[in-house]
Amino acid sequence: MSRKARKPARGVAIVGAGMSKFGSFPDKNGRDLFVEAFTEMTKSVDKGIDIKDIEALYVGNFSSDLFEGQGHIAPIMADWVGLGPKPATRVEGACGSGGISIREGLIGIASGIYDIVLVSGVEKMSTLPTERVTDTLASAADTIYEGCCGFTFPGLYAAMATAYMAKYGATVEDFMRVGIKNHKNGALNPKAQFNKSIRDLMNARIEKAKQKGDPTPNWHDELDFLKDPQANPIVAWPMRLFDCSPITDGAACLLLVAEDLAKNFTDKPVYIIGSGQASDHALHEREDMTTLLSAKIAAKEAYEMSGVTPKDIQIAEVHDCFTIAELVAIEDLGFFKPGEGPRATREGLTAREGAKPINTSGGLKSKGHPVGASGVGQAIEIWHQMRGTAGPRQVPGKDIRLALTHNVGATGGTCVVHIYERR
Amino acid sequence: MTEERKVTSNSFYQFLAEKKLMGSRCKKCQALYLPPHPICQKCYSTDMEWVEMKGSGKLAAFTAISVGPTCTIAEGHDRNNPYLVGIVKMDEGPKICGRIQGIDPRNPDKIKVGTPVKVEFPERVIGSRCYVSFKAQ
Repeated sequence: MSRKARKPARGVAIVGAGMSKFGSFPDKNGRDLFVEAFTEMTKSVDKGIDIKDIEALYVGNFSSDLFEGQGHIAPIMADWVGLGPKPATRVEGACGSGGISIREGLIGIASGIYDIVLVSGVEKMSTLPTERVTDTLASAADTIYEGCCGFTFPGLYAAMATAYMAKYGATVEDFMRVGIKNHKNGALNPKAQFNKSIRDLMNARIEKAKQKGDPTPNWHDELDFLKDPQANPIVAWPMRLFDCSPITDGAACLLLVAEDLAKNFTDKPVYIIGSGQASDHALHEREDMTTLLSAKIAAKEAYEMSGVTPKDIQIAEVHDCFTIAELVAIEDLGFFKPGEGPRATREGLTAREGAKPINTSGGLKSKGHPVGASGVGQAIEIWHQMRGTAGPRQVPGKDIRLALTHNVGATGGTCVVHIYERR
Repeated sequence: MTEERKVTSNSFYQFLAEKKLMGSRCKKCQALYLPPHPICQKCYSTDMEWVEMKGSGKLAAFTAISVGPTCTIAEGHDRNNPYLVGIVKMDEGPKICGRIQGIDPRNPDKIKVGTPVKVEFPERVIGSRCYVSFKAQ
């Protein structure tokens, strides 16, 4: 089914990383956010980078055309950070665009064509009203055979959730626990759109009700809060508001260089040792709707290329665009057996302090999901965790040497997996 | 005249407007496709024929949508008036997306995967196109 993964002809390392704050910024457009991410990236290179030495730029972006009325954004981003007339290429794989950008940069360097490449992602989503964001995101699915009858993007993941519930007996609480965990991590991330835990949000609502003199809600705990349809309305059953990643503006940049040059830029490079990418049918044409074949194939290639196994991976950033997606991801990546994602989450194995920390950044759920930038944002969390610069959310008691990112486009039409090493 | 129509999505929706749910079958290896594919994914043959589906199947996955796109908002759907969509596994094997009628979208936790459904051909259209619709049996 999948080809045998080949090793890159030349190794590739990350030597710089930067991202804008993720959130909703009415006064900023895509290029403003890109400039923020780029500026932070240049400052992050320990021994400095001369911008003139960057040879090419890849920009992951899903739909600046529909979100901002702006096509052909790669040369604009290049121009705005002074990279023109270097080659600037936009890559698109819906919410997996950022991951593809990393992979294309890696291929460019591995091929010998380039030594130093900027890979990036950007999306400015909050300009449109919610229903038009819904339309735009639905265009990442098959508009002729999925969108036509009224399926939305959350709706497709919700359908996966019902298939998962029917197959494994999972409950809505199993989905909610993923959101609780990721918000808890996001609360420690100053770049996150929602850097508040679900408990913080719940307590804030109670406080507000008291101040207004309204009846005080008597939620016992976070699950109780999340089950209240007033506090957490349904978007596409069984996915409620707090099961869905938000509408986000943001940008992220990584500087990739050939492995033999890495030490010229930093004594602590992060090496990309595995890369895999795959595609798949629309959801309805898949044999099994509780797993992403593209994720399994991309992971298999990345594991083979790097020579590591799921057991060796210490932390991972996975594509939790919806809470169900994280359960499916941690199973597809081989961390847990099919159907065991809910138990692993319930037992705290995927918590920051757990055996296999997942989405220490807060994930797309809490950090935010500027779709084209998300895949690059995931790698930035790995960069910080591996270099010990993740601040209060640094994984305790673990020297992170092997990590993974899993970035999905739509319902798995695209999936990109990368494996990282600190030597 | 059905055999003369090219295997395209336009033909599929033309048939649907004529109250026929049509898939395609590879004449070489007999693989069946719904929605119809012009090239066989198993043997790469382009020698495909139209097959009319019997129209019965079971709900394989579903959702009740409260926050819809502009086209269903225009139909009058919103948080207080959600609608059901699902993925139906046809008795012949393939699965397809469709609107689901005949079940209350306000009580989605009562809906079961495996519920038998039958295709129906609504007169309503979204935009310029009719859509596949099923009724729970």
